[in-house]
Amino acid sequence: MAEDTVTTRVRALLPGSGPRLAPLGPRAVIAILAVLAVLAIIGFMTIGAQGSWSFILPFRGAKVWSMVLVGYAIALSTVMFQTATANRILTPSIMGFDTLYALIQTTFVFFLGGLSYATFDPQLRFVLETGAMVGFALLLFRWLFSGAVRSLHLLVLAGIVLGVFFRSLSGLMQRLIDPNEFAVLQDALFASFNTVDGTLLAVSSAAVLVASVVALRLFPSLDVLSLGREQAINLGVDHKRLVTTVLGIVAVLVSVSTALVGPVTFLGLLVSNLAYMVIRSHRHAYVVPAAALIAIICLVGGQVILERVFGFNSALSIIIDFLGGIMFLFLLLRSSKR
Amino acid sequence: MVRFAAAIAVVLMLALVSLFIGVSDVTPMTLFEQGPEGQALQILLISRIPRTVALVLSGVAMAVAGTIMQMLARNRFVEPSTAGTVESASLGILVVTIFAPGMPLIGKMLVASAFALAGTAVFLRILRQIPLRSVLMVPLAGLMLGGVISSITTFFAYRYDLLQTLGAWTLGDFSGVLRGRYELLWLSAALTGLAYVFADRFTAAGLGEDFSANLGLNYHRVMRLGISIVAMVTAVVVVTVGAIPFLGLVVPNLVSMAMGDNMRRSIPWVAAGGAGCVLACDIIGRVIRFPYEIPIGTIFGVLGSAVFLYLLLSRRSRYG
Repeated sequence: MAEDTVTTRVRALLPGSGPRLAPLGPRAVIAILAVLAVLAIIGFMTIGAQGSWSFILPFRGAKVWSMVLVGYAIALSTVMFQTATANRILTPSIMGFDTLYALIQTTFVFFLGGLSYATFDPQLRFVLETGAMVGFALLLFRWLFSGAVRSLHLLVLAGIVLGVFFRSLSGLMQRLIDPNEFAVLQDALFASFNTVDGTLLAVSSAAVLVASVVALRLFPSLDVLSLGREQAINLGVDHKRLVTTVLGIVAVLVSVSTALVGPVTFLGLLVSNLAYMVIRSHRHAYVVPAAALIAIICLVGGQVILERVFGFNSALSIIIDFLGGIMFLFLLLRSSKR
Repeated sequence: MVRFAAAIAVVLMLALVSLFIGVSDVTPMTLFEQGPEGQALQILLISRIPRTVALVLSGVAMAVAGTIMQMLARNRFVEPSTAGTVESASLGILVVTIFAPGMPLIGKMLVASAFALAGTAVFLRILRQIPLRSVLMVPLAGLMLGGVISSITTFFAYRYDLLQTLGAWTLGDFSGVLRGRYELLWLSAALTGLAYVFADRFTAAGLGEDFSANLGLNYHRVMRLGISIVAMVTAVVVVTVGAIPFLGLVVPNLVSMAMGDNMRRSIPWVAAGGAGCVLACDIIGRVIRFPYEIPIGTIFGVLGSAVFLYLLLSRRSRYG
């Protein structure tokens, strides 16, 4: 770490290379981001509050907690996924993970029937759905990433089309469900930041905690993996096993975020690339916290600005999609110029 | 020639089946029994025939539009819904709906065409930024451009409480087609005929600016013509029945896998294939959950993306 900051500072001083300002060390950046995130959370909890605090605090607290959880899950899963697939354009949502989860949810409804689905214990349902998600994601994406020659553009395109396929298939199944039963389910399927399910929040917090503990122990191997597949294998990393574990964790994290708020396609891309920009280090111990904090700032801060200042309610995901789409185009064009 | 006649026969069969499917009792028998004043004939004339004609026209138009785009962009994976054209047309319709809700259909169509043209021009502009013309970069950039445009559309639709209306023209659905509400599609038929006349020039233009100049062809004029045809066809189809994703991609690719790339020879096949696909998917959508209907956009979304995936992955060695 020490060498990292020294070299970047030295490089910044040389004319014509690097940015004009001397960059901050990763720890300072993370500290600044943490302050901003805390400010955003305080703003969300207090701005425009009227009435009794004993109602507001738990009510808004649950919303903030779900946003923090989702932001963290998306950031962690995206950064790990990008290291495992050795690129910075692909994210789990772009590869259709979110829509796969939505498809699994719809399939459950389809075969269980609406009423028994609605009366099913939500925690058990979540566990079952997540289990199915991990299984399918591993099968599908191991197969997709196992090709010897892996063209990035082919993977991205296949992922996007796969997402369209999953989405259309769930759309078709939702149409096949009896319209009355479907109305009962709409809430379960189309979650948003404004309707948070308390019981689901508890079980997803637990899932994120377990996934984080496993992920944290992988960080050193992931640092090595970011050197490239061949080097990592040379240095004694069990590549296949590591990538499988990462895909499993990613599947759990995506299940959590999609179950809580539904698909947010471009948030991961946005925050991971911003994190790579501000943290000039490849160490996951720095990149992941930074990406998570940026995600929290985006979600909570964005919600404060949109909801309290402009009075828009659920437009945040649309704006994230707009910015993320432009960023994706930019990254894509830049990668093709190299 | 015999094979093509067989294909036409299959399309005609599908059209015939499509005429006699539905909740109301319309069969050759009832038509015959009730005579010229009967209810069955009225339903046939007002609802069934317009619907079948609309299916055939939009299938042909979208498939041929896809072929033209693939030639002009020199890329197999380009079609109106992977180039931002469909999304731009939807944005145009939204703008009309917000600012001039009373405008007649033809006006809506013209505004949507202008937007579609602008969106496709932006896409071609981005293409020029891609130096190597990487085969897969092109549809990727187009899909993303479409995503950005449609998030703008969604935002304003959300602000003006038009999200549900937006859904109607982003998802192809023929259940609302009645006499008097589909005739604009004949315009797309005329445009498709025009495209057939100019097919050779599009092929030449697809070989590049220098090559077409060598042949004495005004490259930019041909490009403009081709893109205008595609934009207008897309706008007409989106305005009248909504978008059918990937139709213009799947059909020409399957035809070229079977027939090769001779444009003049394959355009009739592409047209027949487009009509057949749309008819078949519409029939599936009407039968699978009888008496309810499932929009063709949903059915074709599943089939189209599955075939697109197959095309991508089965050629992975070639593009990898």
